[in-house]
Amino acid sequence: MHAAVIVFPGSNCDRDLAVAFKAAGAKVSMVWHKNTALPEGVDIVGIPGGFSYGDYLRCGAIAANSPICREVAAHAERGGYVMGVCNGFQVLTETGLLPGALLRNAGLKYICKTVGLNVVTADSDYTSGYGAGAVIQVPIAHHDGNYYADADTIAQLQGEDRVAFTYTDNPNGAQADIAGILSPNRRVLGMMPHPERMADPLHGGVDGVALFRALAGALVTA
Amino acid sequence: MKARVHVMLKTGVLDPQGEAVRHALGAMGFDGVKGVRQGKVIELDLDEGATEADVEAMCEKLLANTVIESYSVEMV
Repeated sequence: MHAAVIVFPGSNCDRDLAVAFKAAGAKVSMVWHKNTALPEGVDIVGIPGGFSYGDYLRCGAIAANSPICREVAAHAERGGYVMGVCNGFQVLTETGLLPGALLRNAGLKYICKTVGLNVVTADSDYTSGYGAGAVIQVPIAHHDGNYYADADTIAQLQGEDRVAFTYTDNPNGAQADIAGILSPNRRVLGMMPHPERMADPLHGGVDGVALFRALAGALVTA
Repeated sequence: MKARVHVMLKTGVLDPQGEAVRHALGAMGFDGVKGVRQGKVIELDLDEGATEADVEAMCEKLLANTVIESYSVEMV
């Protein structure tokens, strides 16, 4: 598996994501936002957490219009894998690769804590390492993680089994408790919680590891 | 020439910041505030000849997220 991690000014989980990919056996390339091409042979693009462009205008809005994001969109349209965590999820909704938007948390507070997640579907190369129905513990750290989409979109996500994760105890007002969703081809994942921050015993848990291992298993021959 | 863009959360999208402002006004003794919606105003300084359609294209592509926000353009 060859992973590319995009680095925007203000990204702060880029190295954490790279470490988690490497621990799963991936070759990792860090890609600066001004680049106009992804490295040759990239299987998956990781869009990390942080505060790209200082969250100016809207979280993820300016990153979504950066040169490298056009390449990321093209990669996804070719059937490539893209995983956005936290600010990365916000970027993916702003690009339109995933539906909906992330609003200010309903309680208005920035929340940084470990939360329970239900693995809603095991039918993806991100979640196949967990059984559907498994409950895992993964940290969140966001101010704008309140997932919003219109009722038809929520129904469609649920009907197509594209809700990857829901919160066991909704911390931010997200509709239908949604913490992470998949694209129609199930190769683009956006999630607010940080699996890369639960990927080593020193993190206090390893519930994120199965996600990276499942990816490495699926993309081993690509 | 200038354009002023007003961006608001769409009707039906919860505005927790507006709600917090409404609560604060009530707590300060300002009665009768039934609702508060908070948005933003973006002022653009444009070359002469820029049209409203140009500004609308900017809104659609960047200035507003039309999944959750509506916008209006005022050429001034």
